[in-house]
Amino acid sequence: MIRIENVSFRHRTVPILSDITLTIDKGGVVALVGPNGAGKSTLLSLVARLQPLQMGNIQIDGLPVDATPGRQLARVVAILRQDTTVASRLTVRELVSFGRFPHGRGRLSAADHAIVDAALARFDLADLAGRFIETLSGGQRQRALVAMAFAQGTDYLLLDEPLNNLDMYYARELMRALRAAADENGKTVVIVLHDINQASAHADRIVAMKGGRILADGAPCDILTPDMLEVVFGLRAPVETIGGKPFVLHQL
Amino acid sequence: MADRRLLALAAAALLSALAFLLIGLKGNIAFVLELRLLKLAALMQVGVAIAISTVIFQTVTGNRILTPSVMGLDALYLFGQMLMVFLLGGVGYVSLDPQVKFAVEVMVLMVLASGLLLPMLKRRLDMGLMLLAGVVFGVLFRSLYSLLARLIDPNDFAVAQTASFANFNAVRTDLLAFAAVVTVLAAVLAWRARHVLDVVSLGPEAATGLGVNWAASVTGLLLLVSALVAVSTALVGPVAFFGLLVAALAERLVVTRRHARLLPAAALTGITVLVGGQTLFQHGFGSATALGVVIEFFGGLVFLLLLVLGSRS
Repeated sequence: MIRIENVSFRHRTVPILSDITLTIDKGGVVALVGPNGAGKSTLLSLVARLQPLQMGNIQIDGLPVDATPGRQLARVVAILRQDTTVASRLTVRELVSFGRFPHGRGRLSAADHAIVDAALARFDLADLAGRFIETLSGGQRQRALVAMAFAQGTDYLLLDEPLNNLDMYYARELMRALRAAADENGKTVVIVLHDINQASAHADRIVAMKGGRILADGAPCDILTPDMLEVVFGLRAPVETIGGKPFVLHQL
Repeated sequence: MADRRLLALAAAALLSALAFLLIGLKGNIAFVLELRLLKLAALMQVGVAIAISTVIFQTVTGNRILTPSVMGLDALYLFGQMLMVFLLGGVGYVSLDPQVKFAVEVMVLMVLASGLLLPMLKRRLDMGLMLLAGVVFGVLFRSLYSLLARLIDPNDFAVAQTASFANFNAVRTDLLAFAAVVTVLAAVLAWRARHVLDVVSLGPEAATGLGVNWAASVTGLLLLVSALVAVSTALVGPVAFFGLLVAALAERLVVTRRHARLLPAAALTGITVLVGGQTLFQHGFGSATALGVVIEFFGGLVFLLLLVLGSRS
């Protein structure tokens, strides 16, 4: 369980997050949505202790993120940020195997290799395993990074806009893979999404943020209503229900 | 493939060492051999120290055209040396035990370098800013150096000056044993940190996510780099682009950025280029002093090439 209590965060004098309290139960896919500058990425990076906590506290499975040794936390939670740069002359397999670092400090056992292979297979990277990262397209690189986070083998997976650069096919494949990881392996996936319909189709719960606050929190069918969209995104759009799931026709 | 190339590199390094020792061996063989062995040990150390420090520095900064010397670290070392001459006087400086002096210099450099660079490395800055800062640092320390040089008396200046030019022909064999301890220790530490270095190359956020304590690791690595720079600068003087040349060559030879391969490859390349080049110049061209110039020339070309290629992508 991720427990976020009274977390506020400011960048110099600009408030980014104001008094956020949120509890995310173990297992399932939770989507963070909201307009640009809502504080979604900041919240995610605070949970993953990438930035120091200024106010409030955050616990993952009872471990306070600001006081737990980094190594221990790295076996519980994995994060993928939006703009991870990868040095050249690394193969996809090498990159994905870096995900095993928290477990063997770089020494790969047979079990580690099996996990890396499984991650490569799950994200459709087996054919690309020997390729250098710099020879990949943006979308392929993105999948390799997700596979690295997945290979970390943590119960909690935090992904900041992983659908960037992905085409329709791979965006859906990635969401399905994450859904499967949640359903089959009991993983908890917290994912920042811009495509609200992906959130509706694949997430169990949507948390809508704006201006550093949580405006709405609930199942997709409760959140994706024309009124709520106007409050959160400031746009009116029709919502249609297809197969029991609400879809926003924001292009119209 | 990487392993076979590493073996080939090791063979090349060994070959150049043997050539350095054995070519043109005549006269009092025992005496000449001893002299050459000492010089070989010094050159190998310099090659290893510069290669490893450059690779580590590039990994930490996430930047392929930065080297400790581009960032003005060796200028800082020379400034420290001049400061000591200034404070103690030429006679006082010379009468210091060279090993004590060296130990003090190494520590001063480690403290100054981490004090200056750590705030910049806490977050990775973009390349332009780092380069600019490095150039400014370098100019600052060189100016301070020449300011002090103008203030001291000419005899003292002569003492300080012998230390401030790269000279592969007149290496400081008196510091050899002490420097060897530092180099070997640093090389062992770098080797043990090879997996951490792999992760550090992903940047502060990804490394933290993988459980690396960024601030602590970067501090440790930077101290390691400072110690290695001090070793090489003390033994042969400042060399600007040699590290860049060696790191770029090694990375292309073993075609990987994994440090388990890259570190030994860079060290072996450093030895091969330095020892092999020295042999070539001593016996092939007659004037061995030119090696420093030639290495800097090619290193500078590599620097420009990387700059041009880097700005395109």
